[in-house]
Amino acid sequence: MTIGLGHYLTVAAIVFTLGIFGIFLNRKNVIIILMSIELILLAVNINLVAFSTHLGDLVGQVFAMIVLTVAAAEAAIGLAILVVYFRNRGTIAVEDINLMKG
Amino acid sequence: MLIATICFYLFSAILVASAALVIAARNPVHSVLFLILAFFNAAGLFVLMGAEFLAMVLIIVYVGAVAVLFLFVVMMLDVDFAELRSGFMRYLPIGGLVGLILFAELALVAGAWTFAPEAASATQVPIPDPRQITNTHALGLVLYTDYVYLFQVAGLVLLVAMIGAIVLTLRQRAGVRRQVISRQVGRTREDSIAVVKVPSREGVS
Repeated sequence: MTIGLGHYLTVAAIVFTLGIFGIFLNRKNVIIILMSIELILLAVNINLVAFSTHLGDLVGQVFAMIVLTVAAAEAAIGLAILVVYFRNRGTIAVEDINLMKG
Repeated sequence: MLIATICFYLFSAILVASAALVIAARNPVHSVLFLILAFFNAAGLFVLMGAEFLAMVLIIVYVGAVAVLFLFVVMMLDVDFAELRSGFMRYLPIGGLVGLILFAELALVAGAWTFAPEAASATQVPIPDPRQITNTHALGLVLYTDYVYLFQVAGLVLLVAMIGAIVLTLRQRAGVRRQVISRQVGRTREDSIAVVKVPSREGVS
């Protein structure tokens, strides 16, 4: 039994769903939400590389690298905002973040 | 081929299990460590697919930079994580429902789609034979020529992220003595010392 495109897409779909699931489950903890976003981006990368291999096109791997860059930048900015917020308010609970609600 | 199949199932099983533990672990430090395990197994899947360079970049960037950054922040923040988890069971039904719907939709998509007939001829850059030219070499040949602007923009994104993170987290505390080199260098003899002629038996007032 050979491993084809469908197997990789299934794994990526499961990881993507787990990422979405994590956002809903840990609605109070921003750190876990950021980790869930990383999982979602990882699933997208698996999809891109799987299609790249299956279609024999190298551009998919270039895309995956750009997604990786954006994910790293997003994690850095997100954690910086988190640190600043914790320094100002002393908590990171998502429900308390309503300063801009008006 | 059998070894590749075994490796695929091993890597993907550990990937899915550790991804589930990332969102379910009680301790956020354990979550980060499971995230690292998930990244390692995803890198294994990338190697199986023939994207060796991306696999190594995934380990270096995600495990070496992003996960360590997460670990720093988790350990630095003094937060009661047990209190943050209190809504876990309350959100389980709705979260499970949304997850199930999403997965069902993805399964429907995966079951029903086919390649467009022109997809095979739309290949921009064919993957060369890995026995003649390595994945890293081939990727470099594409990335630095056809996609050089994209590469530069990626660098710009990282630069902006770096500056943004520094600007956000840098703070000047009041009352901390700092070294100001220009002031040290700009000192002259006149404003630093005073030569006082002390009269005999009177002392300096």
